[in-house]
Amino acid sequence: MTHSQAPSQKGQSAPLLGAESAASERRGLRPLAEWLARRAEPLAITLLAILIGLGLFSLFILAIGKSPLQLFQLMYAGGFGSWFSLQNALSRAAPLLLTALCVALPARLGLTIIGAEGALVLGGLAAAALAVPLAPGLSPPVLWLVMGLISMLAGGIWIGFAGALKHYRGVNETISSLLLAYIAIALMNHLIEGPLRDPASLNKPSTMLLPAIDMIGKIPGMDVHWGLAVGVIACIISYIVIEWTSIGFAARIAGGNMRAAQIQGLPVGRLIVGFTVLAGGFAGLAGMIEVAAVQGSANGALVAGYGYTGILVAFLARQNPLAIIPVAIFLGGITASGGLIQRRMGLPDATVLVLQGTLFVVILFCETLYGRFRVFNPELWKQPDLSKGDR
Amino acid sequence: MTKLPSFTRRHFLQTSALGAAAAIAGPGALRSAQAADLTVGFIYVGPKDDYGYNQAHAEGAAVVKALSGVTVVEEENVPETVDVQKTMESMINLDGASLLFPTSFGYFDPHMLAVAAKYPKVQFRHCGGLWQKDKNPDNTGSYFGYIFQGQYLNGITAAYATKTKKIGFVAAKPIPQVVQNINAFLLGARSVDPAITCQVIFTGEWSLAVKEAEATNALVDQGVDVITCHVDSPKVVVQTAAGRGAFVCGYHANQSPLAPEKYLTGAEWAWGNVYTDFVKKAQAGEKLGNFVRGGLKDGFVKMSPLGPGVSAEARTRFESTLATMKAGGFTVFKGGQKDNKGNVVIPAGKDYAEDAIELESMNYLVDGVAGSMG
Repeated sequence: MTHSQAPSQKGQSAPLLGAESAASERRGLRPLAEWLARRAEPLAITLLAILIGLGLFSLFILAIGKSPLQLFQLMYAGGFGSWFSLQNALSRAAPLLLTALCVALPARLGLTIIGAEGALVLGGLAAAALAVPLAPGLSPPVLWLVMGLISMLAGGIWIGFAGALKHYRGVNETISSLLLAYIAIALMNHLIEGPLRDPASLNKPSTMLLPAIDMIGKIPGMDVHWGLAVGVIACIISYIVIEWTSIGFAARIAGGNMRAAQIQGLPVGRLIVGFTVLAGGFAGLAGMIEVAAVQGSANGALVAGYGYTGILVAFLARQNPLAIIPVAIFLGGITASGGLIQRRMGLPDATVLVLQGTLFVVILFCETLYGRFRVFNPELWKQPDLSKGDR
Repeated sequence: MTKLPSFTRRHFLQTSALGAAAAIAGPGALRSAQAADLTVGFIYVGPKDDYGYNQAHAEGAAVVKALSGVTVVEEENVPETVDVQKTMESMINLDGASLLFPTSFGYFDPHMLAVAAKYPKVQFRHCGGLWQKDKNPDNTGSYFGYIFQGQYLNGITAAYATKTKKIGFVAAKPIPQVVQNINAFLLGARSVDPAITCQVIFTGEWSLAVKEAEATNALVDQGVDVITCHVDSPKVVVQTAAGRGAFVCGYHANQSPLAPEKYLTGAEWAWGNVYTDFVKKAQAGEKLGNFVRGGLKDGFVKMSPLGPGVSAEARTRFESTLATMKAGGFTVFKGGQKDNKGNVVIPAGKDYAEDAIELESMNYLVDGVAGSMG
């Protein structure tokens, strides 16, 4: 499918654009066209990849003797087709926004951090542990602020530690962040079964319950908690930091070529530690929101795999904080519809995982398409289209 | 693999367009097809075919499915997060479910309670015995069984099968429900031979295959020759133990297909009876019980058929004890019991019947169990 579509798109669009670009140059619209073309490339390629992924997935569904048509219909109905379904998708997307940032931010520095789960768990635990003694003396908004800061600190230290190990000791950050996640989970289990355990939580070890009045509520008019808004804001802030500030610029240089950045005198060490701390902070915040908006206490349910799904979201969004928002909602919708697919079609739960995996592989594969389409690459526009089998 | 229908891109695009059109028609169209029935939803925390906790519930759901006038909707691998809240709401809104069984322990608070408050006309029954009359709404409730009775019977068969007089228990977490089973298993064995000891290993998680295998191997290495467990899926423990030549007693569901020669018996849930009772009441418009519990006598719990490793003598003892339990009045936890540190934990002369409140907070391992609650 990739093979058949790529040349046809090229064939159609290249001559057309040749004429257009000449015209727009005269009118001075060239910069706008270039800007649009560059912005359109990731969007078009990602959409193409999603279509290819859905096509491959249809073959898989046909192979097990079910109707892909019915499946996509249910996927739409269960994930996006009604206000209820859309809110279902948004609720599931909320924690993914923050855990995806935990992957995407260090990725801009060339670091592959996969331990968001640990930061989330510790953030939730720290927030729950400190909130209970503080709750009586503070008004809810102040309490949430304190809990949020504590959780960001806990998560930030955890992932920042992986960043520091990378910079100062040369330890592979992917492995160290993953292993730190296991330590974090073990630490939480130890504390909620021991010193921090609510004696009333007999068969489900948990910390003390947050008073109902101190729970974070829903966004007005929606059945989705405020964590969604926090996640969206965090994505926007991250985008601004990366794209529009000198720190973000330095980080992108370092991500492109660490050695060159060092030679240029950029503070690579501080960038690595700073970005990993911020990344871990966001994952920790996700944990605090799970505690304060959903669970009411820190317990084993914090280990729900949000940290790992965040990796998928970040890669699908190509580590772009703004793109994380639609991707997380899309994945939230797919997961939301997974239940309906199980119930109506009798397919196993793993069906949705197969779809996610297929999309992941196809999107990574389609990375190789960047720069190949003339239409999206202004630097190719000027070259005369002389040869027939041109590149 | 099944035969592939002819498939072209054009055909796919056509059908996709149709699909989109149908989808816009919305869930209402899908729902009307199943309007007249009572729709019952079952939610599982793990896979339906785990040879364990979730399979036991899915087998119960299958019994309900066979009843007339009932539509069953099921969803597996639903985590104890906002996901389960949305799954419950999705079953209510998109499938028209009016009776829900969220089966995992962690679904109760806050998830089921939050959804139940929002949908007062839908009935929710949760597995685990957490419902409290004054605290929880009337459209919610709990059901649970005294499955430690089954572990006591497991212990009896284990006592006749062991040669080393060491039996073993692979446990998930040191919480009352698990500890009751460990203690009952040893007490059952000691009712036959007081010299028997039980080694327990906690894995710390409900489902952690690698540690369960390690624990089983470690038990066999220590000379343990009969093993049982309390984890979500006993599959790994049963297969590992049988592979090492040890006998096994099952838990949650029937695992004898996994080790036909080495499987002695097992303590199984009989949720089919419990669910049928709830559903029949709902169909008749009667009020559903809010706090339902039972043991072997009430058909909440059953035993797997005895395996080839059970001797004739063991069979006689097993069957007579089973008959006494079914008649009611058999006490597993008797007065004067000491824990494994030497403290008297059940005062002399004070027997704890299966519904005794004291059992709910059991936080000790009885004398003869080697291991610690951490």
